[in-house]
Amino acid sequence: MTIADTSSSARPDHTVFSRIGRAFRQVPFSVGFGIVWLAGMVLVAIFADQIRPYGITAMDLRSRLALPGTFPHVLGTDELGRDVLSRLIQSIRMSLVIAFGATIISAVFGTTLGFLAAKFRGVVEHLVLVLADFQAALPFLIMSIAILAFFGSSMSLLIVLMGFYGWERYARIARGLAISASAQGYAASVVQLGATPMRVYLKHILPNVASTLIVSMTLTFPEIILMESGLSFLGLGVQPPETSLGNMVGFGREYLTRAPWIMLAPSLVIMLTTLSISLVGDWLRDKLDPTLR
Amino acid sequence: MMVRFILTRLFRAFITILAVITFAFVVLRMSGDPAQVMLGPDAPNETVLAFRATWGLDQPIWVQYAAYIKSIFSGDFGVSMRDKASAIHLVIERIPATLQLTIPALLLKLAIGIPAGVYAALHRQSIIDRGVIFGAVLGFTIPSFVMGLLLVLLFSIILGVLPSGGQDTWQHGILPTLTMAIGGIGILARFSRSAMIEVMGQPFIRTASAKGLKWKDVVWSHALPNAAVPIVTIVGFMVGSLIAGAVVVESIFSWPGIGRLLVVSVTNRDLAVVQCILLVVAATMVVSNLVVDLLYGWLDPRLRSQSAH
Repeated sequence: MTIADTSSSARPDHTVFSRIGRAFRQVPFSVGFGIVWLAGMVLVAIFADQIRPYGITAMDLRSRLALPGTFPHVLGTDELGRDVLSRLIQSIRMSLVIAFGATIISAVFGTTLGFLAAKFRGVVEHLVLVLADFQAALPFLIMSIAILAFFGSSMSLLIVLMGFYGWERYARIARGLAISASAQGYAASVVQLGATPMRVYLKHILPNVASTLIVSMTLTFPEIILMESGLSFLGLGVQPPETSLGNMVGFGREYLTRAPWIMLAPSLVIMLTTLSISLVGDWLRDKLDPTLR
Repeated sequence: MMVRFILTRLFRAFITILAVITFAFVVLRMSGDPAQVMLGPDAPNETVLAFRATWGLDQPIWVQYAAYIKSIFSGDFGVSMRDKASAIHLVIERIPATLQLTIPALLLKLAIGIPAGVYAALHRQSIIDRGVIFGAVLGFTIPSFVMGLLLVLLFSIILGVLPSGGQDTWQHGILPTLTMAIGGIGILARFSRSAMIEVMGQPFIRTASAKGLKWKDVVWSHALPNAAVPIVTIVGFMVGSLIAGAVVVESIFSWPGIGRLLVVSVTNRDLAVVQCILLVVAATMVVSNLVVDLLYGWLDPRLRSQSAH
């Protein structure tokens, strides 16, 4: 998708400015936008407490359903007079924390299972593959809804649940790559030198397959954001008084006619964030792993 | 060879269904003592014991598990705690409503997504190609609940031309069907495009063009059949996850299908119905995977020998 501009004639100027300029020009505009937006979101999530103008449950009963663009509520207020901007900032933090946590859990969990399958083969491998088949056979949304139905929704359950999202993808990739890596000279030679399996897998095989795994993480991350916001939208994810992006859209839906801004602000953030991640992810994929498309 | 291929696939499908049933059993038992759930926390001890004896809950867990599997395979899916009706009947009743949305949506995805993707692949860097890429990215990044609400905002509230919820007339089906279709069109277009680009770069296409075949023949009889395998994969996945996609859309548009039944049952903790829907969803997914696997064997003879062992 990214187009490298190779046609421009290479002029021999070596000033610092031109080199910086060229480095910038190599990043397409859309990717640059994605990076800036994501950096902004991360900053908002980290400094949420400092930049939030009001508390997320603070009600301003005299200005309920206030229009956006009015002082003192820049993005307006909701049905209880709560500041939409403040809730949006808190929601960004919540959704990003869940997505980051879950992406890391699922990458570690899936990669570990994949490596175990590659190491022990036989029964262990079959077990992992059957589990992966099972995970692929049951759409994740339906599985999460069922689990939340049986256990009731709670914050820790939600993060653990999201941490299972996409593990089977890492497991399959890690298993395949580890099997082909152990057939290569470098893995065999460290085994010959007496390295423990732990050392072989973590110090030698993992660094060699890391780029592919990182690429899958950029695919999983936006999907987890969408999954969590979908569940929260249905009222099964993050529970009030806490708030997440999907949660805000869900509540905003009730006021679609009278106050569409409650729903539009978080929707826009969800769209731009997933868009940025997939733009940057595509670009990273081209840079890190030319074999993948 | 073919028989063995089919048997292996059927066996794997069976194992997967068994795994889903086991999952439902484990989760159901982990979430609490059924006797306590049914009778409430204040039930006298004798009643609880009697209840356990009647339902076999005093048996060892593996006996219960065997009994559970047996009842599922003999068609007994339990009784809805809310309506006291058979859970499977409640679910079957809702299937037509879901199909009314999902089948037109699926047809739209196929009829627009695949041609758009193939056209874009054959006319790279054209305006249509860029449009397809842009549309695909948008379709991929806008979640269906946002898409649904945006459509309601535009067509029901601002323009006032289409109803925003319910199932009274055929017009009520338009917005939910569109909501379901738009994202899928984007994904399918993107997939078809990259599958087609991949195939068009292969040496056999060059050979076919070099030996003087007409462009149309190269595309229709050499490129498209080879691009079909990855496209069939993604279509199979879409068919398998139709119900999952219906959950959010039916909730937005108050459409009385399986998806809405699932959300309502979860809110009421009507576990028999939830478990029943779980099995229906898994069965849909497994059957469509099975069909895709068989189609592979038919589309690409090489895969037959590879995956039979």
